[in-house]
Order: sequence, then structure tokens, then C-alpha cells
Amino acid sequence: MLTLNQVKIVQGAFSLAAHLKIEPQKNYAVIGPSGAGKSTLLGAMAGFVPVTHGNVRWGTKDITEHPPGDRPMTMLFQDNNLFPHLSVLQNVGLGIRPTLRLKRAEMEKVRHALERVGLGDQMAKRPGALSGGQQSRAALARVMVQARPFLLLDEPFAALGPALRHEMLDLVHDLVSETQATLVMVTHAPDDARRIADEVIFVADGRAHAPEPTAGLMDNPPPALKAYLG
Amino acid sequence: MARSTLSISTRSGTSAAIVVVALIALALLAVVLRAEVGRGLGPSDWAAVRFTVWQAFLSALISVALAVPVARALARRRFWGRGVLVTLLGAPFILPVIVAVLGLITVFGRAGWLNQVLMYFGLPTVSIYGLHGVVLAHVFFNLPLATRLILQGWQSIPAERFRLAAQLRLPPRMVFSTLEWPLLRQVLPGVAALIFVICLTSFAVALTLGGGPRATTVELAIYEAFLFDFDLGRAALLSAVQLVVAGGAALIALWIIPQISLSGGLDRPVTRWDARGGMRLSLDVVVIGIAAAFLILPLCAVVLRGVTGIAGLPASVWLAAGNSLLVAVISVLVLCVLAVPMAGWIAGRRSGGVEAIGLLGIAASPLMIGTGWFILVYPVIDPADVALPVTALVNALMALPFALRIMVPRLRETVQDYGRLAQTLGLKGWQLWRLLILPRLRAQLGFATGLTAALSAGDLGVIALFADQERVTLPLQMYRLMGSYQMEAAAGVALLLLAMALGLFWMCDRGGRWHADT
Repeated sequence: MLTLNQVKIVQGAFSLAAHLKIEPQKNYAVIGPSGAGKSTLLGAMAGFVPVTHGNVRWGTKDITEHPPGDRPMTMLFQDNNLFPHLSVLQNVGLGIRPTLRLKRAEMEKVRHALERVGLGDQMAKRPGALSGGQQSRAALARVMVQARPFLLLDEPFAALGPALRHEMLDLVHDLVSETQATLVMVTHAPDDARRIADEVIFVADGRAHAPEPTAGLMDNPPPALKAYLG
Repeated sequence: MARSTLSISTRSGTSAAIVVVALIALALLAVVLRAEVGRGLGPSDWAAVRFTVWQAFLSALISVALAVPVARALARRRFWGRGVLVTLLGAPFILPVIVAVLGLITVFGRAGWLNQVLMYFGLPTVSIYGLHGVVLAHVFFNLPLATRLILQGWQSIPAERFRLAAQLRLPPRMVFSTLEWPLLRQVLPGVAALIFVICLTSFAVALTLGGGPRATTVELAIYEAFLFDFDLGRAALLSAVQLVVAGGAALIALWIIPQISLSGGLDRPVTRWDARGGMRLSLDVVVIGIAAAFLILPLCAVVLRGVTGIAGLPASVWLAAGNSLLVAVISVLVLCVLAVPMAGWIAGRRSGGVEAIGLLGIAASPLMIGTGWFILVYPVIDPADVALPVTALVNALMALPFALRIMVPRLRETVQDYGRLAQTLGLKGWQLWRLLILPRLRAQLGFATGLTAALSAGDLGVIALFADQERVTLPLQMYRLMGSYQMEAAAGVALLLLAMALGLFWMCDRGGRWHADT
């Protein structure tokens, strides 16, 4: 379980408060207006954004000051999820070892992950030679081999068309249930939230609200969420 | 927004910076301790200071004044060979000074092409020696640099503005005052300051085209105090003067010197709806024609003369060529060891204040550093024994500011784009360099090492202080041949040196871009 305990993030005039728990093996969607702090919330969980007050705990362990690489989570960003100068195989391999010196069994794991996402025949290519959807798949293959308990998605599929985005979300859904990971994803589309999220974290007016079950929340939104959903 | 994005180790960067500062500071210390301040500056020393400042001022002024119409013409015209010409504008940067001087002498010298034409028409001939020769050579080197920098500024004016100006039917005068003049006002002071500082520390040009009581720069005076009088006290005093003059000017200029981008982006002419034809077109044609001729003719002269001279080169030339190659290779290695960690250090910081350390290389004159190190090693070993390593080292220091300006922006970009990804993957230390930074930096590193290799192979400066009869480099050998009026052989060496400098640059630059994916 990931706990944001009385967390407050202050950046100049902007501030975001969060006091919530992320339960294992559930899928969460983070929704809210632009600039409300959805990315900031994920950044604080992953260790990219410093927490001004409060702490972040994983189980009983305080990980507030841990660097991103030492946290039980991995994150996909809007772009730059792959190194363009390395092959797809190397990019995925980095998820296992930052030295890239892979043992045979680890290499097998990388190949298996790439086959799982349907890139078995594209391993030697550089990301630049892949389509947008294939790049997303390669990034997901890396997430798979990293096998961290939490996967944070900061709209990595925002640039894809609706059909492809749905395909990716279904793939993410399958992957997290296979690896028994917890998913936290930022989205603008209420449909996406309904599609794969068990609970929704609504972020608005400087506050990340505690998660609530998706269906109930979306069917009977409180006034602020209603205003956002339109 | 994010916390200190990426943990690029600062230890190697700061150590490199400390080495750079120490190398310069030790030389400085030696100079100051040795300088015989009590003696004061004689009238000839004051004349040297005045000449140094005056020629640098004229060179900067003329280069910039001529560069404006050339850049303007290049910015608004498309023609066959434009790309080649713009690329060629970068050539003087890596062209060995002494080679260009030979080309200029062939064209503008006493029996040169220009004078032959003038004599044919019964006009008085011109002389290339003295103040105007020095300024001419400096303009040859810096007009292209100024043109490129101004062109860069010109092309930063969005095409939409010119479209708007065309829709409003603004007359050319209005286009100039609303679009172009504000830009020029921003760019010109920095360009002029840069050229002024570069010309203050110019040595090889003054050595070959200046000299005598009326055309001696401080750098040249240092060299003469060394070579003719072996007066270390006076050389040290002059070095201190040079440091005050050039260093002071560089520190002031630092605030207005523009970002130096030496590659890319300049091959894209902006479509202009004003200045379509007529007078303005012919004016632009004439301007581009003259600029191209000014740039290309001396280079052609070197090649033409060199081809006849290269066959009969003495064996000693090939030895000197080997030395030059060695100096270039050592310079490149030293540069990599210093510049790469420093660039990493600078890129990891929010503000580029530490970049100033790299710019010390511009402020400190090569002859001052050379003098300092000569004083330091002289009691211990024969300076000629270390002539080549010291030359290589000083050349690397001189190339450092350019290398940093080339590499730091790319590193900043890399940290910004891929810093978070590297952090999620736990990349740090050597792995970070091996898997992220060096691969992303390859093209820039290739370009920077290419510049360093070419500058170092073609440099005639410190080597002149340290060399004896055997340990010479190609530029020094060429200078000696010119000094003894063996112009044929000198021209052959010039061609060899030209090929070497361009070849080294091409190899490094190509190597950096080969198979590079972005």
C-alpha cells in the first residue's frame, strides 16, 4: 500500500494537498482540469517533485526522500519514454539492468516481454523507426521487465488516436493484472477511466481527493467534478 | 519544477575546472613574479598597446560593417551554391592563420594578383604590410564569422513577420526599421565585441604582416622580447599588460557575446516579398559576389601555388607534419578529458556561471600562458623538450570555450528530455555517461574535437616560443620558409597544412555523425 500522508506540495503560487491511500492491485484514474496538479501528484509519488510537507510511505517505510530509481514504481511520461539512440532491445534491457550487461536468462525475459507486446520482430530497430503505437508498446515491454509494484502513467498515449489509445489501455490492463501491479494513470477522458479504473482520484482546487469507486463517482459526480465533466 | 534533475557526478567536472584554472593561474603567477614592474613600460611598449587596441577596434568595426550587407543579401536570396557559400563561411574558423596569410599575400601582396591588375591599368599599387595588412587579414577571418552570426540573428525573425510586412505593403525603409534594425541593434554589439577580443590576442597575423615599431601587437612584442633579447622580465611584464588589456576586454564582452552556434540551420532562406528585383537585386548580387571572391580567391591562391610547391618538399617538412599531427591528437585528448566533464557539470546547473571558467581560455592569451610556463619549466628542463606537449595543452585550453559552447546546450537538452527516464531506470555514474550522455553528445563531441584538431594543427603561437631547430610543427616550418623567402616550398607546406587541418576536422566531425540517430 502506498500512502500519501498529509502531503503538501508547494511550487511558487501553486500548491497541492493530498491525503490518500493507494491499495495494491487496483487500478486508479486521476482526472481533473488542466493545471490542477495531476502530473504533480504522480511526480510526487515517483519522486520527481519534492514534497514540502507530510510524507510518502510504502507499507511502513518512509520513502519521501528516496530518489526515483529506488522507489517501488515506474512511470511513463507524455514523451521521451525511450532513448532514441538505443535499440528497442537495449531500451527494454535497461529495465532489468542499468549496465545493460544482461545474463542469458535476463535476455530471455526481455525477448519474452517484447513478444508479449507484439514487437518480437522489431527488437533490433531504434525507436525512431517505429510507429507511435509501437513505441508505446516498447515502453510497456520495459515496464513489464521492470516489474515494479506500481505503474504510473502520465498520459503516455495522449498523442495516439482513440482506437490505438484504447488498444494500449487494454494492453496496460492485461499487463498490470498479469504482473499483479497497481496502476495509477492520469487521463482527460472519462471513458478511459470507466474502461479500466476501479477508482478515481479527482484533482481540483489545490486538492487531490481520496479515491472513490469509478462507477458511483462518475454517475453521481459532486459539483466540482460535474463542472469539469460538463 | 522537478528536483535536481539528474545526478551527473560533479566531482570530475569540478576537478577539470580546477585543472584549467590552475594551468592558467600558475602561468599567471610565474608571469607576475617574474615581471619587472619597476622598469615600467617604455615608449615602444605603449605603442604596442595602442596598436593592439586600435587594430582590434578597426578589425571589429570593418568586419561588422561589411558583414551586415552580406548577411542581408544571403538572408533574402536563394541561388545555386548558396548552401556551399554559407558552409564556406565557417571555413576560416578552422583555416590555419599562416595559410590564409600566404593566400592573402598572393592576392594582395607586393607582386600579388591585385597589384598586377592595378599596374596594368597604371594605378598605384597597395602594400599588405603594416596596419592595413593586419586589419585586412583580421577582416578575412572575422567577416565570415560576423556574417554567420548576423545571418543567424536574421533568420530568427519569424517568416510570418515578413509575410505581414508584405501584406501591409511596408516600403523597404519601414521593413528595415521595424524588423531588421531592432535585431541588428541586439546582435551587432556582441559580434563586434567578440571580434575585438579575438583580434586583441592575435599573434600569427601580426607576426607575418605586422612588425616594426609601428605595427607591433603586444603578443608580438612578447615574442620579440623572448626571441631577440631573451629578456624574460620584459616578456613577463608585457604578458601582464596583455592579460589586463585582453582579459579586461573579454570580461566586459562576456556579457554581450552571443551564443556561438557554428553548425546547422543557416541553409534555410526566408521567403521575402520585399526587395524582389531591380536595384536591390543587383546590389545583393554585387555584395555576395565581392564577399565570395574575397573569401575564395586567397584559398584558390594557396591551392594553385601549393600544387607546384608540394612536389619538392624537403624531408624535414614531413617530420614537422608528424609533429603537428601529434600536437593535434594530444590537444583533442586533453580537450575531451577537460571539456566533457566540465560540460556535464555546467549542464547540470541552472545558470551557466561556471561557463566563465571555460572562457578564461579566450581572455588569457596563448603567449601569456606560454611565457608563464616557459618561466616555470626553464630552470628545470630544456623548454624545447616540452615544446610539443605545451603547445598541445595551450591549444586545448584555447579551444575549450568553443567546445563548451557547442556541447553545453545539447547536454542541457539531454538532461531535460531524458533526465527523468534515466532516473526511473536508476542510471548513474559511468552508466549514465556510457548509455545516455556520450551517445547523445556524439555529434557535438565530433564537431568540437574536429575544431580542436584543426585549430591545434594549424596554430602558430606558443610553439614559436618553445621550439628549437628540430622540434617544429608544420605552421612554424612554413613561417621559417617564408622568412627565408622560399615561397615555393612555403606554398607547398601551406597546401599540406590546409589539407591536414580540413582533413582532421572532417574526420572528427564525420565520426561524430556517422550512424548517429537522433
